Amino acid sequence: MDLDPEDVFKDEEDDPDNEFFQQSESSKEYVVYLVDASRKMFSTTCPGNDQKDETHFHTAVSCIAGSLKTQIISRSYDEVAICFFNTREKKNLQDLNGVFVFNVAEREHLDRPTARLIKEFDCIEESFMREIGSQYGIVPGSRENSLYNALWVAQALLRKGSIKTADKRILLFTNEDDPFGSLQDAAKKDMTRTTLQRAKDAQDLGISIELLPLSRPDSEFNVSTFYADLIGLDGEDLAQFMPSASQKLEDMKDQLRKRMFTKRVVRRIGFHIANGLSIELNTYALIRPTVPGAITWLDSVTNHPLKTERSLICEDTGALIQEPPKLFQPYRNENVKFLPEEIAEIKRISPGKLRLLGFKPLSCLKDYYNLRPSTFVYASDQEVVGSTCIFIALHRSMLKHNRFAVAYYGASNHPQLVALVAQDEITSAGAQMEPPGMHMIYLPYSDDIRDDEEIFPDTEEDAPRADEDQIQKAAALIKRIYVKDFSAFQFANPALQRHYAVLQALALAEDDIPETTDETAPDEEGLTRPAVVRAAEAFKHSVYGDSYDEESDMGKEKMSEASRKRKAIAENAAKDYDWGNLADKGQPYLERIQLNNSR
Amino acid sequence: MARNKEKLVLLLDVGPSMHGVLSEVEKLCSMLVEKKLIFSKYDELGVVVFGTEESKNDLTTEVGGYQNITVLQDIKVVDGDLVDTLQKLPRGRVDGDFLDAIVVGMDMLIKKYKDLHKGKKRLCLITNAIHPIKDSFEGSKEDQVMTIAEQMAAQGMKIESIVVRGRLSRDANKGVMDENDHLLSIFSKKTLTRIVYVDTPTSLLGALKTRRVTPVTVFRGHLELSPHMKIKVWVYKKTQEEKFPTLKKYSEKAPASNKLATHQVKVSYEYKSVDGSSTSVIPPEQRIKGYRYGPQVVPISTAEWDAVKFKPEKGIKVLGFTDASKIKRHCYMKDVYLFIAEPGNTRATLAVSAIARAMKEMNAVAILRCVWRQGQQNVVVGVLTPNISQNYKIPDSFYFNVLPFAEDVREYQFPSFNSFPASWQPNDQQQKAADELVQMLDLAPSGKEALLPEFTPNPVLERFYRHLELKAKQPDAAVPPLDETLKNIVEPDPELVAENKSVFDALHRHFELRQNPKLKKSSRQWYQEKQSGSNAHVSSGQAVNSIENQPPVKIEKIGDLTPVQDFEAMMSQRDNPEWVEKAIKELREKILALLIHSDEGDKYQKAVECVAALRKGCILEQEPGPYNDLMHHIRQYCEEKGIKSLPQLLASRDLTLISKSEAEDSDVTAEEARSFFVKMEPKPDV
Repeated sequence: MDLDPEDVFKDEEDDPDNEFFQQSESSKEYVVYLVDASRKMFSTTCPGNDQKDETHFHTAVSCIAGSLKTQIISRSYDEVAICFFNTREKKNLQDLNGVFVFNVAEREHLDRPTARLIKEFDCIEESFMREIGSQYGIVPGSRENSLYNALWVAQALLRKGSIKTADKRILLFTNEDDPFGSLQDAAKKDMTRTTLQRAKDAQDLGISIELLPLSRPDSEFNVSTFYADLIGLDGEDLAQFMPSASQKLEDMKDQLRKRMFTKRVVRRIGFHIANGLSIELNTYALIRPTVPGAITWLDSVTNHPLKTERSLICEDTGALIQEPPKLFQPYRNENVKFLPEEIAEIKRISPGKLRLLGFKPLSCLKDYYNLRPSTFVYASDQEVVGSTCIFIALHRSMLKHNRFAVAYYGASNHPQLVALVAQDEITSAGAQMEPPGMHMIYLPYSDDIRDDEEIFPDTEEDAPRADEDQIQKAAALIKRIYVKDFSAFQFANPALQRHYAVLQALALAEDDIPETTDETAPDEEGLTRPAVVRAAEAFKHSVYGDSYDEESDMGKEKMSEASRKRKAIAENAAKDYDWGNLADKGQPYLERIQLNNSR
Repeated sequence: MARNKEKLVLLLDVGPSMHGVLSEVEKLCSMLVEKKLIFSKYDELGVVVFGTEESKNDLTTEVGGYQNITVLQDIKVVDGDLVDTLQKLPRGRVDGDFLDAIVVGMDMLIKKYKDLHKGKKRLCLITNAIHPIKDSFEGSKEDQVMTIAEQMAAQGMKIESIVVRGRLSRDANKGVMDENDHLLSIFSKKTLTRIVYVDTPTSLLGALKTRRVTPVTVFRGHLELSPHMKIKVWVYKKTQEEKFPTLKKYSEKAPASNKLATHQVKVSYEYKSVDGSSTSVIPPEQRIKGYRYGPQVVPISTAEWDAVKFKPEKGIKVLGFTDASKIKRHCYMKDVYLFIAEPGNTRATLAVSAIARAMKEMNAVAILRCVWRQGQQNVVVGVLTPNISQNYKIPDSFYFNVLPFAEDVREYQFPSFNSFPASWQPNDQQQKAADELVQMLDLAPSGKEALLPEFTPNPVLERFYRHLELKAKQPDAAVPPLDETLKNIVEPDPELVAENKSVFDALHRHFELRQNPKLKKSSRQWYQEKQSGSNAHVSSGQAVNSIENQPPVKIEKIGDLTPVQDFEAMMSQRDNPEWVEKAIKELREKILALLIHSDEGDKYQKAVECVAALRKGCILEQEPGPYNDLMHHIRQYCEEKGIKSLPQLLASRDLTLISKSEAEDSDVTAEEARSFFVKMEPKPDV
């Protein structure tokens, strides 16, 4: 049986709406990761996971490694270069001192990430000191300026391609806020000036330079010392830049990770609030299912890609059809024909616009009013000045009065009634957890909603309802398996992880396929803790009396080997512990989930 | 197939008090048949109308009584004629008796099917139920209804009632309505069906599910709370989008003489290897699938893939419970599932009920990991939320929404609103104006929620099926405009807007929008590319688009399709002052052309929209001259031709001369402007 990879990841009846996130080659990004490799990056540590200290260098490198892995899956047309500065060895086309461009075989310096790059970069720290080495490149009495050199090399790497078709960025990781601090006045001034000029030249060429500063709880990275000028921050921006220095390493990593993405606008739309009052919004696809890439057919003899040719053939005559055919629907014993333009015309209702219809209390937004992933909207003053002001005012009012807006969104392919739900900004330890804005939720129509819960009661009697005791027993059980810190998207998709682990191993011609962990597997151990078992038994007894086992044996499904084993483990676990003692302590349960929280 | 055939009798109240909504009833019922013709061609349908002057039904002939009830169509397999019948329902002259109609409908079903097809026989009653039903000869009305309802249940029939009330039923006697509602509720209880109350024409169109989908379980098995606490559940889809029908491709190659031509098109794929100049077709057995990994394509055979792929075991497991606030509403990924306890399993029903109610009390949700079937190659993680039943006949259940995985989320950062300059922050008055809008433009005033998804029809599908029906009769029929009744789904309700005029006025007073003058050309071009294709839409017939919100698509010429939009777009093109002049001149010509080419005034409405746009544009540009000249011209033209309707239309929209108070250059006083059309004396026809 032939399996289409897109089918593999979807439920039978669904076709995920892919229009939003498919990347095309025309919107690619060129990124140079510029990593400070000075001694200070290795000597400064942060308390990381498991009480083990991490160096800033490690933090930067692991952020980049993580980003490369994401990128090869979701944005594989983007090109990257990895470049260290303040190094002992040098390797770059300009032959400048203190700059080392890291690369692997069969790859240009600025190129798409490959399996080999990911693999070798993963173990860069083992070989770094031996092969590249750390050496601070700006010392008194020398004309060398490693930061200047680094920017120059990065800019040269980014010479490729036109800024019209690609975003070009330099991401600079450093923990040194005063790179010329050791120099005397005149030399310092001079080097500062030339470095700033180099940065400005790059920026004038359309390259954006972004700073990813690393700081420690006891020594805050002071952006205004030098880097504010380099990246062009002033006033409010500057104040916003370093929201909090005393953050945990995990939070800092989180922030770095978020800053490494560029925002991609999906569409710019007009939000029609009233006659003559239409504001400008940008829409963003913050949540879309990631599916494995499309398959490419290969010739199994040569392993060369095959060209797929699709042709339309008339079934009556066998003739090839060139022009886009008409469409038809059999109806009333005949074929009713439509032109493709007519179909487009039928769907065209307030095209490209979002029209406000009114507001409703949030309680009206039922859990089952959902069809597709939501779309995020955020105002823009780029075209229509004043948009943001109205947007903020409406946003505040909607939050204050707990109301959402109902609007009609005239998307050309899929016009739909939508709910706009205001989301307040949520920050935690300086990092933005939820951005401020509105989420557009696609509402179902009457024909999209089913009432299958109403089809079964074919008896005269009322439906059974739990009594107070049963509810209390259920509540006790729920409390035992309660997770305090759950985030909606903390699990990696095990199928996707497996898919790419297999691909990576095969791409590198490795014999063993690495094991991938399924983070979504339940914490069986936690669930068989006596306290949980006892609560479950109590609930079971209150609902089923003594007939539970009978009940479960009636099931048509045979118990699998695995679940029989689990059952045995569970029963043993229950036997071995002192129930009363352990249960009363209310131990935290679900280790796996709790661990994942700190990712 | 055959056993799923539905046998439906429509019972339609066509009495005088229903006349106002009959056109909606016609649309709803014909849509029902139109969809059946496509999706359930073998369903059978009969139509009974009541409230007619004459009587035509078996019972009146056989036993007498049952007056004012007409069987418009005996039960038959659905066909195109039924659509025609339903599109021109008779307007009755008397107030009908819905109970008599129900009995007539039952009689039809019993005669035709005896006691076969239990559960597939359905009655659908559409009435306002504001007139009393006749007293029975023996026993109370209630007893009578009880007897009928029991008989109905015994025959395996169901009845669905759609009761048209609120704004749609005129002043009616509350006592009568309450009595009728009570009687109908007996049917609902006995045959376990619902009564739907609708109070707007829009919701009437959405009240009847026009397409019946046989429910299919996604999963039957255990909901595993822990390895030794499992509840038997069935899982269904709660929402699933009814998609735009997939049309087949049509081939015109076959000669017209070929009566047996299928006109079908086959899509064929050929895989070719391209080596230098030679191409050769590669047979399927020589092909292998390759998966992209960065720039590499990794070949994997199906057998290899099967050996290593992710293979989870079927089952639904609770990973834990958590606070409902942890799961943001916008994280819901897909359409929604429904979890119910295994039907007929009292213990499971109780267990679901207890868990659901405890969750509700604790404001908790459950996180689930689901593998719906063996062999599924992925897992689904999602959130289970309680659904506490309000109907004592219906058990408690759960809804389940799929949540994203880590890979599915882009954590973009957006600026804090506080970080924006003060000029972007709303001031107190602006905030107040926004507050008022959010509170006053209310779609859910005390219990009367408008645009409730359950009762909101899909305007695009409605338009498609209407076009299909039109085309079946006339193959080149144009795409019909959106039905008036459905306008409220895509545009704000004009009544609601009118009620809140002061709120909107305040909004206009306090907020100002303007085009960004500093906008670089390149970004405009970008915008144009993004927007292209959207400027060719048909005008919705309202000159409401403001000049400042038009996308800056370069408009060189005012077209026939959307003259108002084109005009506004052209007026806002600031790169050359000549655009304004050109726009005014072209629209003026367009208006005159519309007048001259109007047949019985059919283009006047469009002309008036153009005039409105021109007037607005001329005031904005302070160019009253061309507009006022045109108005004089129109008045003269109408006087000569004896046209009254156009000046009336213009006057009703206050589209008179531009006065000095509106544009400095005008020499028309406000008084003159006001009386401009009043003074007009059409010449008597010669």
